[in-house]
Amino acid sequence: MTLTFNKESFRGDYSYHNSPAAIRRFPFPFDRDEYMYSVNMEPHKGGRDGSVFQRRFDVDEHYVAEMEDRAITLARDPMRCQSLPHMRLAGWDLLELIMVSKSEDYPDLFQLTRDGDRWRWVNKPLGIDDTFTFLDDATLPHGPMEYITRQTQGDFAVLDQREGNLWMDAGMITSQADWSLDFDIGMNFFEWHAPVPRAAEMGIFQRALKFLMNVQVDTPARRLNWTMTVNPRLDTSPETYPEWGPEKRSLTPDNIGEKQYLRVELQTFWRLPRSNGLAFPIRCYLCSLQDIVTVPKWGRRLHRVIRDLPDDLATYKGFLVNKPLIVDYLARFDDGAPTSPGIWPD
Amino acid sequence: MQSLKLTRKEPLSPRITRFRFEHPEGAPLPIFAGGAHVMVQMQDGAVLRRNAYSLISDPADRSGYEIAVQREDQGRGGSRWMHEQAQPGMVMTIGAPVNLFALNLTAKRHLLIAGGVGITPFLAQVRDLGRIGAPYELHHAIRSAAEAVPLPDGARLHVSDQGSRMDLDAILSGQPLGTHLYVCGSDRMIRAVLDAARGLGWPADALHSEEFLAPAPGEPFAVHCARSHKTLTVGAHQSLLEALEAAGIDAPWLCRGGACGQCETDVIACDGTIDHHDHWLDPDEQAHKIMPCVSRFRGQLLTIDR
Amino acid sequence: MSTPPPTSTGFASRPLHAPLLARPCTAALMIADEAGASALLALAEATPELMPRTTVLLADAGVMNAALRARAPARLVETPLAGLEPALDALLAEARMGLQVHVAGSEGLIGRAVARLLAAGLPLGAIQSEHRGSPARRMQCVHCKTIAEDITTDPYTCPGCGRALYVREHFSRRLGAFQGVCIDAETPGEVPEPVEIQS
Repeated sequence: MTLTFNKESFRGDYSYHNSPAAIRRFPFPFDRDEYMYSVNMEPHKGGRDGSVFQRRFDVDEHYVAEMEDRAITLARDPMRCQSLPHMRLAGWDLLELIMVSKSEDYPDLFQLTRDGDRWRWVNKPLGIDDTFTFLDDATLPHGPMEYITRQTQGDFAVLDQREGNLWMDAGMITSQADWSLDFDIGMNFFEWHAPVPRAAEMGIFQRALKFLMNVQVDTPARRLNWTMTVNPRLDTSPETYPEWGPEKRSLTPDNIGEKQYLRVELQTFWRLPRSNGLAFPIRCYLCSLQDIVTVPKWGRRLHRVIRDLPDDLATYKGFLVNKPLIVDYLARFDDGAPTSPGIWPD
Repeated sequence: MQSLKLTRKEPLSPRITRFRFEHPEGAPLPIFAGGAHVMVQMQDGAVLRRNAYSLISDPADRSGYEIAVQREDQGRGGSRWMHEQAQPGMVMTIGAPVNLFALNLTAKRHLLIAGGVGITPFLAQVRDLGRIGAPYELHHAIRSAAEAVPLPDGARLHVSDQGSRMDLDAILSGQPLGTHLYVCGSDRMIRAVLDAARGLGWPADALHSEEFLAPAPGEPFAVHCARSHKTLTVGAHQSLLEALEAAGIDAPWLCRGGACGQCETDVIACDGTIDHHDHWLDPDEQAHKIMPCVSRFRGQLLTIDR
Repeated sequence: MSTPPPTSTGFASRPLHAPLLARPCTAALMIADEAGASALLALAEATPELMPRTTVLLADAGVMNAALRARAPARLVETPLAGLEPALDALLAEARMGLQVHVAGSEGLIGRAVARLLAAGLPLGAIQSEHRGSPARRMQCVHCKTIAEDITTDPYTCPGCGRALYVREHFSRRLGAFQGVCIDAETPGEVPEPVEIQS
């Protein structure tokens, strides 16, 4: 696989775009014509060739632009990356996990050479060649978590496991669906999910917690989550809501196909061996409705899912106000034909 | 599960023996955190035994895993097999490390209290604590000098038959705010330490304990597995989990000792009494669930969702 | 070791307050403002044997100081509310495990005290809180991060950035504050009439 990295932006002129190949590999999150809240967890042990599930940490054509966007967000608000003091070791765990995975999965892009604790890391797409001492923070330009997640697509929550619960005690969060690390840091699993509607009645959160606490080093897991975003914007944080809020009201029947994006999170879960923490990468994929409907099955199915979604879930996901426009647009691509099971294009 | 070679076997005390396992080709083993255990699989004649043992070697040393096994002559036979049958050179099946007794890294100080062979998880944890520079205090309580094993520097030994019985009140008093207490040993010892701490005002979230239960023997009993449409008999020295596995019915597990919760199974009908031996189920769950790794049944028939 | 059911801490991130109860302890620390002092008095009345091991920290408790002093605690410290954190830090510097803490008063006092206690290393399980007095909340603006005390209306105006913020039912124990979010971000200028916060 040879990767060409797009020149594109996730703000301002929003020049983000998907190549036809990127559309085909988009992780469409609905395996049937309706959406139900579920834990939908499966082992993260590879997947179809070329799919976003194939590698441990997927690198795609948006890599370089996403890292540039992260740097802009961090320059404006350094608190998007935080780590409570006891999470230092987990940060090194995460650095090791990503460096080992990427250098094995993409040897033409990333190289890791280890001589005892003396490590050399080469990141060709970003032009980085650093030598440092493993577990010695002073030998890196940032803390270990910040250093490696400035070079890895997706948000990263790093969770501490104790007292039969998981705690959001560190993270690099610059492309979130409207939650604040600066506010949520230090919360446990139930606390940070408090804003989810009907969460209290749903035993699924307890089952999910039980599952996650038992994820082992050799059994990483994954699930897909989704929402809607107007414009291909990564930084939809509550902090910057006054900036992107007005854009949500800019949709018209004429521009919706181009401006409304389906936002899919590939969430993976990794036991960190030294700290016994849990890494929780949240990788964001964006695809415009007009690109989605180039896959006829997806166009039909997305119409049915959005049409039948209860209003409280649409409110939580932040697109109730645009739901009628979205349904009207997608209806044009739904001829009522049956769809095949599963997420893949026909 | 991985195949590792037993490379060293040496006594630490009259009843406790240390075993070292290495990769047959010398490949580095996965890192773990102190407090982790591995499942050791033993082919004891026709019986497949699986016992969990805490890792005692330095977690950062990827050249081998070490465990310490206390010989239990009244036990089900696993520790006896390790002492008598396991010999250097053998290749054995060892599970990946699983940690159900991790350090709480938010602690400002760690107070580690071990009884007898319960010292094992702490031997690995003090290496981690040393590496991250966290203050700690390790106490080892034993009944007689014959139970002594080599201890890390700075550890305090309490030998009850030599009159240096552990003074819990003294140890628990005056600990700085943010100290976490860890205790590993017999059920009786764990209860004594936790009761003392609670009585002095230590909150539950600062208290940590680990006790691995061996499945208790008992009368044979009949179980119907509704989903697999099989009825089986659990032998006197067999656990329900082992009986399920022998019948080809898989249940997930991590500890096989009543602590991890993985093998939790719904009870559909119970014509009799369940003897719950686990540390997992809440009292209100015990009416409709069973942990097949350690719990047994007395009565006509138990019907479970397996 | 089983998972705690989501009843005590709840699915709400908001802390649940219950009447203060005496627990076994080596020492106790009781913290209150004027409205909360009555909760400490009730606790002292129910368990007078606790008082010789108890330090009382009162923040602007006014006339209630004398009433609590009459319960003969081992020690009683008075502080202006603004000086709560340094007063608490001074007491915690001498504290040891075995300390149980009781906090009573406004949401703001509880939020500030609990955040400080946790930062000092005291486990949450050693802290009880009881809400007394006004339902006013301590709020953090998610945009400019300004903390506003004694917020009684929803929406309110952020004293830092001037935005109209609605009160999100999301509480951070670390900050001791609820989250305030811009109410008219999507439709600038459309701010509903503020209503009194009821609880």
